[in-house]
Order: sequence, then structure tokens, then C-alpha cells
Amino acid sequence: MSDSSSSPPQPADELFVASDRVMARGARLLGDGIVRQKALFTVSVVCSVLFGAMTVADAWVLGWATDHVIRPSFARGEVLTGALWTSIWLFLGVAVLRAIGIVGRRLVGGIVYYRLVAGHRRLVTRRYLALPMSWHHRHPTGQLLSNANADVEAAWAVFMPLPMAVGVVAMLVAAVVAMLLADVVLTLVGLVVFPALFGINVFYQRWLSPKAALAQSLRGDVSAVAHESFDGALVVKSLGREADETERFRRHAEALRDANIAAGRIRSVFDPLLEMLPNLAVLAVVLIGIGRVRSGAAEPGDVVQVAYLFTVVAFPVRAIGWVLGELPRSVVGWDRVQGVLGATGEMPYGPRDARADGAADLRLEGVRFSYDGSTEVLRGVDLHVAPGRVAAVVGATGAGKSTLTTLLSRLLDPTDGRVLLDGTDVRELTHDSLAQAVAVVPQGSFVFDDTVRENVTLGADVDDDAVWEALRTVQADRFVAELPAGLDTQLGERGTTLSGGQRQRLVLARALVRRPRLLVLDDATSALDPDVERRILLALAERTAQGDGPTVVVVAYRKATIALADEVVFLADGAIAAQGTHPELLERSEDYRRLVDAYDQAREAAG
Amino acid sequence: MSDVTDPRESGWRVVRRGLALSPEVKEGLGVTLLLAVLSTIGGTAVPVVVQRAIDSGLGDGGSTDVESLSRWLLVAVAMILLTAVVAYVMRVRLFVASERGLTTLRVTAFRHVHDLSMLTQNAERRGVLVSRVTSDIDQVSLFLQFTGIMLVLSLGQIVVATVVMAFYSWQLTLVVLAAFVPLFVSLRWFAGRLSRAYDTVRRTVGEMLAVIAEPVVGASVVRAHAIETRTQRRVDEGIDRNLRANVRAQSLVAFTFAAAGLSGGLAIAGSVAVGVWLGVADQLSMGTVIAFAFLVGLVVGPAQNATQVLTEAQNAIASWRRVIELLDTPADVVDPARPVALPDGVLGARFDHLTFAYPGGPDVLTDVDVTIEPRQRVAVVGETGSGKTTFAKLLTRLVDPREGRVLLGGVDLRDVAFADLRRHVLMVPQEGFLFDATLRENLRYGRDGATDAELLDVVSRLGLDDWFAALPAGLDTAVGQRGESLSAGERQLVALLRSALADPDLLVLDEATSAVDPRTELRTTRALERLLDGRTSVTIAHRLTTAENADRVLVFDAGRLVEDGTHAELVAAGGTYARLHASWVAQSQLGVAAP
Repeated sequence: MSDSSSSPPQPADELFVASDRVMARGARLLGDGIVRQKALFTVSVVCSVLFGAMTVADAWVLGWATDHVIRPSFARGEVLTGALWTSIWLFLGVAVLRAIGIVGRRLVGGIVYYRLVAGHRRLVTRRYLALPMSWHHRHPTGQLLSNANADVEAAWAVFMPLPMAVGVVAMLVAAVVAMLLADVVLTLVGLVVFPALFGINVFYQRWLSPKAALAQSLRGDVSAVAHESFDGALVVKSLGREADETERFRRHAEALRDANIAAGRIRSVFDPLLEMLPNLAVLAVVLIGIGRVRSGAAEPGDVVQVAYLFTVVAFPVRAIGWVLGELPRSVVGWDRVQGVLGATGEMPYGPRDARADGAADLRLEGVRFSYDGSTEVLRGVDLHVAPGRVAAVVGATGAGKSTLTTLLSRLLDPTDGRVLLDGTDVRELTHDSLAQAVAVVPQGSFVFDDTVRENVTLGADVDDDAVWEALRTVQADRFVAELPAGLDTQLGERGTTLSGGQRQRLVLARALVRRPRLLVLDDATSALDPDVERRILLALAERTAQGDGPTVVVVAYRKATIALADEVVFLADGAIAAQGTHPELLERSEDYRRLVDAYDQAREAAG
Repeated sequence: MSDVTDPRESGWRVVRRGLALSPEVKEGLGVTLLLAVLSTIGGTAVPVVVQRAIDSGLGDGGSTDVESLSRWLLVAVAMILLTAVVAYVMRVRLFVASERGLTTLRVTAFRHVHDLSMLTQNAERRGVLVSRVTSDIDQVSLFLQFTGIMLVLSLGQIVVATVVMAFYSWQLTLVVLAAFVPLFVSLRWFAGRLSRAYDTVRRTVGEMLAVIAEPVVGASVVRAHAIETRTQRRVDEGIDRNLRANVRAQSLVAFTFAAAGLSGGLAIAGSVAVGVWLGVADQLSMGTVIAFAFLVGLVVGPAQNATQVLTEAQNAIASWRRVIELLDTPADVVDPARPVALPDGVLGARFDHLTFAYPGGPDVLTDVDVTIEPRQRVAVVGETGSGKTTFAKLLTRLVDPREGRVLLGGVDLRDVAFADLRRHVLMVPQEGFLFDATLRENLRYGRDGATDAELLDVVSRLGLDDWFAALPAGLDTAVGQRGESLSAGERQLVALLRSALADPDLLVLDEATSAVDPRTELRTTRALERLLDGRTSVTIAHRLTTAENADRVLVFDAGRLVEDGTHAELVAAGGTYARLHASWVAQSQLGVAAP
């Protein structure tokens, strides 16, 4: 249905970066990776060179055996036992060394790649943890996840074939030397065929990579359409749009099919061509070789050796093509990862500890905030909430309610003005001390892939009694007790799935168990039954009345919630329009009355 | 996936079933496979020419027969060129056939998913269903185009090379085969280990992705609770486990690869030794001995890849099996073979002694018997789990009853064609789900090909002109992924507009529970009011006002219809509804202290 479905698919532009830039960036990427894994990379390259050398040696041994074992034995009619044993040991020795080279190249080379990927995953996630929320807000979740996963893998993917490619270069040099030693004229065949193999590989990658990139981006489209269509299944079904959705999916699937076939046609040329070329080379060597042997310029063993070289060298040469094919993709991934690693702007925390107990005194002085530097979301908010009070923040969508709450625990800092906790600017407090004092329950409830207990404590040193007490306060003790393993029940993707209301209660318990001195609820109870919400808030109010509860700031929509507050802060267009008790505001503010009475108006409209 | 049957045998069955589901792949597959085997013959021309050359010219003492040799050379060149062409044709055929066939399979599977009630019942399974039509099919395509054909080519090459060897000398053939015996014997063992190692890799990838999501998706939670160190530790552990699993799998691959190379070395050494010995006894020519070295080379490559090919084949077959299992899951709600047309006009509905249970579960609704008159406005209330949502699903035929019937205008829903049903009955879910497109396109989901004038007319009719006027680009406003550029309330408004365009006779509404901004709430209520006008409606009510304003309230408790009447009647009756109502009132009264 979307526009993109009817227009022809666009190739991923970034894969067509100018090739000199790719080479320059690629060189830096290779250098960076090699420096990070110096020792192991060296081992893998040494092993790969050993593999390349032994591949050439294999052919040399066959040539040697031809001239020193096979021919003499056939000529004399008796087995030259000594020479035969020598050749057998040579064959086996070369095979063993070659096997060692293969293991080293593949295993150590693989370790280099996996370590680079793991290392960068750690670096990227460390940046995520260090960078401020304002940075997180600017970057879509999907992009950040793919930076840490697909992009990191793509960035280092070139290191998988790299050791082999280096070994192949060594092998080609060794092969040419071996050919020169065997026969100069036969070497000419190699000097024609090797560059041709190399050229075909380069040409192939150039030809294929835009087509492969197109197919890759179309594959993404197909997946996006399937995701969307299945997510909206209820709408699709109730509007009877299954056939249209299938048609939409078919269009994308067929575009992918055609791109795959186009790429497939190129692949179909390449494999047979690369197989054919060395075979023809062997025939050329045999043809030329006969002449050389008859003129006495070469021994038959030389011809056998050169011919055999072509059969063993042909396949590994592809590694060079793999590196060239991987490099542009790696550069794109590397650039994206560098974008994260280069991002700056950590939020510094202060040196002071907040007071340890008692409800907090909250004060905002001239607080202004803007996400983009131009439009102000908060325009000079002055507010005081005395210890133990419950303040409800009320306002229309876009009034700045959520923004206000995020400033209290320093998820964001005000662009101007101060947030004071017990008279201390929150920017002067240590991170731990601030987190201890202020608990924010945000919109949406994030549950970790962990047990119920860990989801509540988040590693804090709290005993099970305290956990149960928090669960009781938020009316979650019953459903947790009924879970298969109680507090030890695993939650998340591979664990038990909770309903929205259950998740929200768990998140509330997470905030309460830390006994915060300031509790901030940002529409944290919207997924709860109004009745459950009321009971939770009453329990909180009761604790506060006993001097045991926190100061509470709650973003409220429901009248019942508002009515439980000691005072109401009415936000309009980023500033406090009115403040007082609910009845006072109803009396004083026309706008406030209109806003909170909207439900009633709706009722009248309906009646 | 049950592993009760021999995996190899069931693997074959999967391939056969899979091919039957993708006729484009199957068609001409025989020819393609024949071409594949033929394409392996070209390579054997080389050892033969080497043998001829050595025995007829290159070797010692032989009389040089240049004429015969050049004939051999010419034939060999022709064979190599020809097989290259055959290989090209074979690959193109394979790519075209497999891509066509798998696209058919992909689209068929996609359509089938939409027919499964699982999709609307079980939101957690959606991600899995997406992978059935994406990555699982990609796996199968990789298998058909690369791994599978590599298997065929490898086997073909081994067989052809062995035949040529046997033609030259059965003794040397035995020597070569003996050198490879340990490898082939251990192949299944290696493949088993490798497949387990890759299972571990996949598992650790899943775990790692989950913990890596924490500092991203849960960024504010991590920050607010100052648990950065703990989170980093969990992430590092996940990354390390994945690293170890990958290195382990990689080491198995490296060793099997090297083992094949060793076998090759052994085979060449053995064939040279035995060959010389036999040659001296005049049983073999010198060319044959050297040709064997070249022939062994033809076997080493396929042997090196065998373990990996087998492992990848297992993965691909597992993916294929999952897609087939999906298609084998019968659609539980099916379009009738001989549909009965619904009568014209606004329709009423009737539940005729209906009982419903999900497969293997307890009864969700028990013996519900109720008639809803045309144009009646019905509110359905009850606690979570009372069966009120299932009631709505039955009415829109998202599920079918176990016993009893749902009748619409006197016709059993199971006899009504889907197309007919969707024209008359529409369900509006809690969340207004929008597609990533413009407002115009989203509205057209309600009525295909509706003109802009028609769309604007509906906006006016639902009284949303002021809201519409405030949109940045009118009908061209892009709503974003899942409509996220709009607020939850606005998404609901779009859903109502879409429903008005669909113009059904019977509307089934699931009222949103989460609070939206009161101003939008007011708009929604007004729009809804206008939408319901003149239609039959059944609303799953979460709000007092909805029930109060309905013509009739149906109260569900533990799967039974326990009360049925107007708001006033039920309040007076003092039953379940009266209690529910009292608690509702208590909440809203709290706030109505002022004028």
C-alpha cells in the first residue's frame, strides 16, 4: 500500500560509494583490525603463507617424484626404493604442513574475526551506556541495535577471507618462482593465466556487488512488509484485506526474486569460467611442454609440476575476490560503527551525596528545556513540592509533562535553570546517590530477560521480604506467587510473558523496592484497571502519611488519580498555568476545568 | 521438531514435500541435475590428457604420436568448453527455477499466515511467523542454489573421478578410496558435532541480542537506576558466550577441512608408491600413475567441503520443514464452499446456544444464547477473562464456536463468504493500527480506491474537520511506522475514519483502556457517536459512560452471560453489573467535587 511498494526499488546508495574512498577507508579499517589483533593476525597470516607455500610444494614434489622416482623406476624396470620412500615422506610431510596451515588459517583467522566483532560489540554497548538520553532520543532503536550487531559484523567481515587472500598472494609469487625454476617458457602460461584469474575475480565483484546490494535491500523490504502486515493482522482481517495484502507482499517478493535471478545469472557465468580457465591452462602447458621436452629444454617432471600447479592454485585465488567483494560492505558497517564510537557528550555527575533518608524536598527554578535548540518544550518552570507531598502534573498532550519528569532524575538536563533536591542542584550529586534518591517509572514498561526477582531488585542488595512487600504494594504479589517458579520465574523473550498491566506493576515495584525519597510516575499506571491504580496510589499515600513514604510527582490523566494528589500542577504550553488543589483549580482556571471535564463533556455529547 | 524418525529419511520427505509445494522448482529438475552431473565430466579430461601425453610423448622411450595427442587435446578443449557452457546453463536454470518456486512458496505461506487465527490470538508468535516467510525461505534458497547443488556436483565429481580411476586401475582406485575411508567414516560424527556446535552458536546469538537490547531499549531504566556496571557485565557475558561458541564451531570446521587435505596427501603418496610398484611389474603405464595425482585432486575439494555441506543441508532442511509445517497447519476458520448471501439492510445478530473453547483449553464461553436486534447499541461488560473479548471475536468470525451457532441476519456465519461478511461486519480493535504510509492510503484500507472528496467527506461527517486542518500535510501526512508520528488518540481517530469508509452494518468495537489526552478523548467520543448512528453496534466497554449510553448491556462473568438489560434495569437489579457500576462511580465521583 505504501508509496515505496509501487515505485521501483531503489538500490542502497551507500554501497556505491566512490571506489577510491572505499579503498582509503578500507585500508584504515584493515589497519585498525590488524593492530587490534596483531599477534593472532600474524599467526593466521603465517599459517596462510605456509598453506600457500605447501600448495606450491605439493606440485614440486609431484614433479620431483616424476623425474626421480617414477621415470627411473619405469626405465629400469625396478623400484628405486630409497627415492620412493623419500617422495612418500615428502608427499606426507607437505600434506601435514599444509593441514597445519589450513587449521591455523581458518581457526586463528576465525578467532581474529570473532574477537574483533566481540571487542567492538563491547565498545559500542559501552558507548550506549555512557551517552546521554538526549543522544538516545535522537537515534531510532532499530538503528542502534543494528549498529551493535549487523554493522559490527559487516565491519569486520572482510577479516574472514583476509588471511587466506594474503596467503594466496604469497602462493602466487611462490608459484611463479617455482615455474621459473622449472621452465621459463611454461611460466608464460602462468603469467597469462594468473592475472586473468585475478582480473575475472575483480570484474566479477564489481559486476555482482550492486546487484547483490539491491537484492539485500529488497530482502529488507520483504521482511518489513511481512512484519507490518502481521502486526496489523486484526485490521487486515476485519477489513477483509487479506488478498490485497498478499498482492502487496507478492509485489515485493517478486522484485526480490527478479533481483536474485539477475545476481544469479552473473554468478552462473563466474563459477564455470573460473573452473574452465585453469583446465585450459593445463592443456596449454601439456601442448607447449611436449615441445620443450623434445627440444630437451625441460624435463617431463617440470611439465607435470607446472600443470599440477594450475589445478591446485585455481580455487584459492578466489579468496582475493572475496576480500574485494567484502570490502565495500565492511566500510559501510565500519563507518556506522565509528559514528557511535565517535559520539561524545557523556553526562557528568557531581561529587556530592544526597541526604540518606526522609522524603525529598523538590524545587525547580526557572527550568527551560528544548530538544532541538529552537522550540522550547518547557519555558521557565518554577515549582516547589514539599517533602511527603503528592503532586499531580496535569496538562494536554505536548504541554511538557513527560519532559518535566525526565529532568527530575537527570535523564535530561534543563537547557536553563536548576532542579534542586533538598536544596542541592541534582547536577552536583553522584550518579548512585541520585539514582538512590529519585525513582522514575517511565511510560512503557521495560522488562529485562531475567528472573522476577532480578527485574525488581536490578542487582540491588535487597532481601526477598522487601521484594514481596514492594510487590504487595503494587498488587502484584498474587500473580507473582502464581507464576511457575515465583520470584525465580524467568521473564522476557524466552521466559514467561506478562500482560501489560502485570509488567507495569513489576516496574512500579522496581521503583518502590529501592525506597526512593522522590517517586516520579510518568503515566506509569495507564495500563492498569482504574481500580488497581487507585489502590496502589492509596497504599502509597498511606505510607507517606505515616512519614514512611516518598515525595511523589505523578503525571495524571484520570480524575481519580488527580483527586488523590495534595496539589495539582497544571501545565500548559511548557509553563505552569495554575497550581493548587484540585477544587481550587477547578474554580480558578477555566482551561483546567475544560481539560479535566473533557470526559464529562464527552458523556454529555454521547448522551 | 520431533526427531523420532530417522532424520535422513524425514529429510528426504521434507525435500519431496517442499518440491511438491514449489512446482516451479520441480519442473525440469531432472534435466538440471543431469546437466550438473555432465558438467563434472569436463574436469576429468585433464588427467586423461596428462596420461596420454606422458605415455605417448612426454615420457621416456615412448614414440611420440603427436597426431593422436593433438586429437586428444582438441577433444579435451571441446569437452572443457562444452561443460563450461553446460555448467552455465545448469546454474541459470537452477537460479530461475528455485527463485520462482520459492517466491510461490513465500507468497503461499504469507497468505496462509493471514488465514490462521493464531495470528490474531497470539501476538508473541508474530515474529516467528515473519521468519517463516523471510529467513526460513532464504535458507532454503541458499540450500537449493549453493549447498544443495554443491552436494550434487561434489557427489557427481567423486563418482565420475572414481569411474575414470577404476577404468585405469582398480588397484590404485582401492588405494585412493582407502585413503579417504577414515574421513568418510568420521563424516557423520563430525557433522553431528558441528550441527550441535552451530545450535549452540544460534542459541548464544539469541541470548546476546536480548542483552544487547537492554542498554538500547531500556536506556532510561538503566540510567534512572544507575545500573550501568551491572548491565555492561550482562552484555559482556552474553558477548563472551557467543564468542566461545563461534570459536568452537570454527575449530571443528577447520579440522574437518584439514583432515580432507591430509587424506588427499595420503592418497597421492599411496597411489605413487603402489603405482610405481605395479608399473615396474608392467601392469600400469607411467602416465596412469601421474594421472592419478590429478584425479585425487578432483576428489579432495568435494571431501573438504563435505562436512560443511552436510551441516548446512541439515539447517536448510530444518527451515524447509518449518515452512511446510506452517502450511500443514489447517486454517481453522475457512471460507464456505457454497456461501449463502446475507440479506440487505441493517442486520441483527443471534448467538444460538453457543459454547467456545480454545483447542485443549477450558470453556471460555458456555451456552450463550442472545439476540441483538438491528440498530441496537449493545455494551458488553465484565472482568478480564469473563469472555467478553471472545464474544466479539465470534461475532466477527475471527474464531468459530465449538457448539452452537452465530447467526447474522438469520444466516450461520460459517455459511457466509468472507467477502460478504467483511462488507457487513467490522471490528475496530483497541489500538488503532496504521500502516507506514500516508493518511490517504491508510484511509483507503477502509474503502479501496476512495477519492479524496470521499475521504474528506467522511472527515466532515465524523466532525473531525478541525483535527484534520491541523495536520501538517492533510491527506499526504505520513503516519510513520505503525502510525507512530500520530498520538495514540489520533491513531484511534484514523481507525474510526477508516471504519466509516468501510461503512459496515454491524460494528464491533473494543474500547481502548489506556487514557489519552482528554481533548482527543472528546473528539473520539463525538466521532464514534456519529459513526455508530444508524448501525448495529457491540462495544466491549471499559468505561462507565459507554454502558450508561447503550440501549442494552450484556454482562459476562466466567464465560456465562449473567445479566442482560438496560443500564437502569441492571443497576436496579442489584447484581454483578450494579457492583461493577458502583466501583466505577466511586472512582469518577472522587474527582467531581467542584461545580
